[in-house]
Parts: sequence; structure tokens; C-alpha cells
Amino acid sequence: MESTPQFVGRSLFDLDDYSADEIMYILEAAQGMKEINLREYKKIPTLRGKTVCTLFVEDSTRTRMSFELAANRLSADVVSFQASVSSLSKGESLQDTIYTLGAMGIDLYCIRHRSPGSPQLVNKYSGKPVINGGDGRHAHPTQALLDIFSIWERVGELKGLKITIVGDILNSRVVRSNLIGMKKLGMQVTVCGPRTLMPGSMEDIFGCRVEYDLREALRDADIVMGLRMQLERMTEGLFPSLEEYSKHYVLSKDTIKFAKKDALIMHPGPMNRGVEILPEIADSSQSIIVEQVANGVAVRMALMFLILGGKL
Amino acid sequence: MTTLIKNGTAYLNGKLQPRDILIKKGKIAKIAKTLPEKAERIIDAAGKHVFPGFVDLHVHLRDPGQTYKEDIVSGTRAAAHGGFTSLCAMPNTDPVVDNIATVDYIQRRAKDLGYARVYVIGAMTKKSEGLEISEMATMKSDGIVAVSDDGNCVQNAKLMLNAMRYATNFGLPLVIHAEDYNLAGKGQIHGGRIASQLGLSGLPGLAEEVIVSRDIMLAENTGSRLHIAHISTARSIELVRQAKDRGVKVTCEVTPHHLLLTEDACLGFDTNTKMKPPLRTEKDRLACLAALKDGTIDCIATDHAPHADFEKVREFDQAPFGIIGLETAFCALYHHLVKTGELGLQRLAEALTSAPSKIFGLPPAELKAGNPADLNIIDLEASTTFSEENILSKGKNTPWLGQTLAGRVLYTFLEGRITWQD
Repeated sequence: MESTPQFVGRSLFDLDDYSADEIMYILEAAQGMKEINLREYKKIPTLRGKTVCTLFVEDSTRTRMSFELAANRLSADVVSFQASVSSLSKGESLQDTIYTLGAMGIDLYCIRHRSPGSPQLVNKYSGKPVINGGDGRHAHPTQALLDIFSIWERVGELKGLKITIVGDILNSRVVRSNLIGMKKLGMQVTVCGPRTLMPGSMEDIFGCRVEYDLREALRDADIVMGLRMQLERMTEGLFPSLEEYSKHYVLSKDTIKFAKKDALIMHPGPMNRGVEILPEIADSSQSIIVEQVANGVAVRMALMFLILGGKL
Repeated sequence: MTTLIKNGTAYLNGKLQPRDILIKKGKIAKIAKTLPEKAERIIDAAGKHVFPGFVDLHVHLRDPGQTYKEDIVSGTRAAAHGGFTSLCAMPNTDPVVDNIATVDYIQRRAKDLGYARVYVIGAMTKKSEGLEISEMATMKSDGIVAVSDDGNCVQNAKLMLNAMRYATNFGLPLVIHAEDYNLAGKGQIHGGRIASQLGLSGLPGLAEEVIVSRDIMLAENTGSRLHIAHISTARSIELVRQAKDRGVKVTCEVTPHHLLLTEDACLGFDTNTKMKPPLRTEKDRLACLAALKDGTIDCIATDHAPHADFEKVREFDQAPFGIIGLETAFCALYHHLVKTGELGLQRLAEALTSAPSKIFGLPPAELKAGNPADLNIIDLEASTTFSEENILSKGKNTPWLGQTLAGRVLYTFLEGRITWQD
């Protein structure tokens, strides 16, 4: 396996910058990486001498670990920048932070930031490729890639597959990136949640179906994805209680039966068991939630490999 | 010193006509088809246009208190560069203009500098906090032309009612920045399609419209003069249209950016597309343009809002709202609306001169013998490329940075003195 020039030095802000063929190329590369992760010695020397910086201005242990593991397994050096213990919390601007890091010779940035559009800023200031690890409610393309990879690996042909995504659509960057990627690969996406948690113009922007009734939304779905419901939305007056939310939108044996038999169950994590998903579903044989996490490392390895021009 | 402007096309009595203009002792002495070439300074304006000095009802000079963003020198020089000779300074400085000491400071400083006439708008409420009405009458005797809490919006309807009654008692118009805080929330851009797409919080049109609606009803009840700053939605305009039909004393202004740009401009996360009210939809933009043409919108104002680079060049949702406008206003509007045939040059000129001056009862901005010689000379055939170097405002925060626009201000005169020369 070898990277191709079309990927080298390129940033991943969101999936709209990548064609369907390019997405498939990334998935195939990820399959190769997954094999490495199953070895006893999970490391290849391909990115030796390259330096990857994980720049996490918003806390996230899981995603940061996944990026760092990916870089380590490809033998890149990894430096980790965490806002809570860094100059950013002392009032340094993002621009100055990037100039400082740039002086230390970073080759690739993986960034998580609460402000939409900040990966583009990091790219502008650094002149180096940037992988978006989640920017506010805007995009989370590596999550979308690992979701799509997980489906592809299980099902094979993606075209025509029906997926229903349920929950807080308004605040979800996972949904936005998935909508772009899945649409490109010919999947049919339905989003479902209460009106107060549904942004306007979704059909127009993303070409998806919007459904407010869970049972209706799940009908004939091949795949069902739950999203984390955050308690703080209640204080914003968007829904009255977790209990009432759960009554209408929980993924349970009762509701999931409206989907296709053996429909795959997914969740980007972390889960609120008992709120958006019941253990009977999360831990069922249909669930691929744990696989998603494993695939995350493989997909991120593939991206770093392609962007930094690796060779196998 | 006498100055003769020869062979120019002058905007006169609502029409564009060839005229020579003689300036003597700071005043327009004569306007005629041909005047003898007897003056100490003769400017050949053949092929150029001569307009009354532009008037901007909505400018943030940032002085006192935020002079790293702008001060009265840079702000009024920027005005002159854009062809403006009169501007109204908004009171959201530090301290807020809610006292005569600050009113005095701004008036005196501007007068000493002499780049533009600066009229002061006083705060509507103390510190613009929206809790108690300000000493409007005292400030009025010191020269303020209107009251406003611009940047903020009085949320309490009863307080707004009292402010209207009180201001009207002293003959002051009230300028509102219409924004319901609860509906606006932490909104960053228009609460529409692009906000959904980019995952940015939305500022819905409703946040503006419910306050426009409320204040029209209050103005109707109190008989006060209400001026709506930077109107931006089709529905707000419809509310104003209906109110005007009923005889409510309401006027409104529109900014160049709401006439020229839409929410689509925010797609690249450029913070120079972030302002309040936000860039709206194409439907709203077209409604603004139509209303400017039919007179529902009375005038154009820039909402010149300078910010320093270190504030504006950063994460989108952490950058402050606002863009500069004094220098780009005419060229941007001429380039994108007049040259394309969407707006007449006469209406553009009117909306930048006599129309705004009427709203606050300022000296009429008209080319007329006996009036102060406040005017500009513009070459419509030439163009201006706006860069960090030639923008005189301290703020370089404009979506037209780096762009070349038709039109070039060659001269600006204030009381017969040149305040800008290309």
C-alpha cells in the first residue's frame, strides 16, 4: 500500500472536500490498517520522523487517545496539546499558539475545538495539513468515516442502504458529517428527534428525510444510530425531562422492531444508557458500537498514512 | 480661499446636471452652468461627479475608551476618504455617552480636527444598561441629535415606553437596535440554512421583528419619532411599511452589507461576514433593495464598526460582531447596484445625503448657494482597491478587503477645506 499524491498534504475539514472515490480509497486503506491493529506487535515504521500534534481545545479523552494511538502505531512522534493545561487557558490566541507549535516542527495537526471553522484557521496559520477531530456543532469527519467504515465492513455494498439517526440532531457534528458522507455513497438517511432539537432546512441542505415520530423514522431501516442526549439541553428549554425524551425517542426492543430485522445498531458514544438507548439494544448481537471504537483507530491511521505520504 | 469646481456633473435638486461650483469663505457661493475661471484654486471635474458630502447616521468612533480600535482622528479621516462630511457617533464608547462631559469631548475633539462634522447620539439609558433612562434633556442642550442604546436593546417594554415619552418631550428621535435577547441567544449568523449547515447558533429574523413590532406600537402610542437602525429582514420592512401607511413617525436605515451580501457569505467562516444584525437571506436582501427604492427605507447608513485584527482574526464564534463601512460604502454600492442597473445613481446619492440629514434634522446636505461647502468629487470611471495600507480606519475588518470596486473619491471638502485628496 502507498499513499497517492492526491492525499499528500491535504487537510480534512469535512467530507464535502472528498469525492466518493476518495472516501472509498480511505476506507480501503483503513482495512489494511485494521489488520496491523490485530497483530501482536501493533506498529509499523512508515511515519518515522514525522511529528503529529493533537491539539485539543475542547476536552475529549477518547478521540484524543484514538488519534494518538493511530500516530504511535505508524511510528510518528506525537505531541499532545491540551487547552486546559496550556497557554490557551492563559489567554494566548489560537494564532500565537499555532505559530509557537509551528516553530517546533509539526507536520500534521489533529484538532478538536468548540468553534466551528477553527481547523481551517489552524491550517491557515500553520500551512500544514489539519485533520478535524470535531469543531463545535459543525463537523466530525473522522467519526463519520469510521461509522461508514463500520457499516461497509459489515454490509459491503453501501448504495441504497437506509440509516436512521435519532436524537439531538441540532447539536450533533457527527450527524452533519455523516449526512455528507453517506449521501455521497448513495445511502438514504433519515434524521429523527423532537422539533426543538432539529435544525431548519435539513432536507434542503443535506438531502435527507426528516421525521419526528420514532416509529415512523425507523420503518425499514437497515441501520439505526443513536446520539448522546445531553442534560444541559433541558436548561435551554429544548425538552422538559430526560424521562419524557426517553419515552418518545429511546432505542429499545419495543421501538427497534420497526426497523429491519437484524438492523445494525450504532452509537458514537459516550452512551447514556437508559436515556437514548437501553442496554438490551446497546449490548445486543446487532450492536456494533464497540467495533466502531476499534475502527476509529484504523481510520485515523489511514488518514495520517495518506496525508503524510506513507509507504508500506 | 476661493475654489472653483469646473465642468463636473453635480447632484442638484435630485438630478444629475452639469454645473460649475464656486466656493468662497467655506460656503457655496455660486452654482451655474458656466462660471468664469476666476478662483485661487481651479479643479477640472470634467467627467467627474460632484455630490453633497455624504451623511452617515450610524458610526462607531470607539473614542473615548477603545482607541485601539478607532479614534476620532482615524474615524473622521476614514469618513473623508469615503466622501462623508457628516456622521453621527454612537454612544457605546467607554465611558458610554450618557453625560455631557463625554458629549463635549467628542464634539470638541472632532471640531478641532476638522475632518468631518460629528453629531453625537446620546445613550437612551444610563450606561446603556437598559435599566434607567439617561439625562437626555441635559445632553440635548449640549447638542445631541438623538438617543440610542445601539449595540444593546432595551428589553423592558415599560422602560422603552418611558424613554419614548421622555425623549419626545425634548424633541429627540429614538434610534433602536432591534434585538430580542432571548430569541437571539448566542446566535452568530442568521438563523437559517447556513447556520444549520455550519453548526453555528442562529440569530433568527424573529429576534429583530418582535422588537420592531413592539417599538412601532409604542411609538404609535406615544407619538415619538422612531428610527430603526440597520433594518435587515423582509418582515421588519413590511412592519415599517404598514406603520408608515398608518402615519406612525417611523424611519429606518439599511447598511450597504445588507443590500449586497447574504448569509451565503459566511460559508468560509470569514469573521468579516459576522455582524449584527446578521447577513440574511436573498429574499431579505431583495426586500431591502426594493424598500430602499420605494422609500420605505429612508436612507443608507454604514454601521461602521471597527475592530482590531487580534480581535477579529480568530475563531468565528469568538470574534466580535461588526465591520467597517465608511470608506467602502459608496464604491461597494455603486459597483454592485448602480453599475448593474439595480439602483439609480440619484437614489443612491439621495440616500447618502438629503435623506439621512432630514431624519435627525441636521443641516440639509444639498448643493445650494449659501450652504456650507461640504461636498465630494468622485470619478465613477476609476476604481478603488481596498487594502490594509490605503484604508484609513484603524479597523481593516471589511469583506471588501483586497477587492477592486468601481468609483474613486478624488476630493472631499468640509466647509471649503480639502479633507481628502486622492
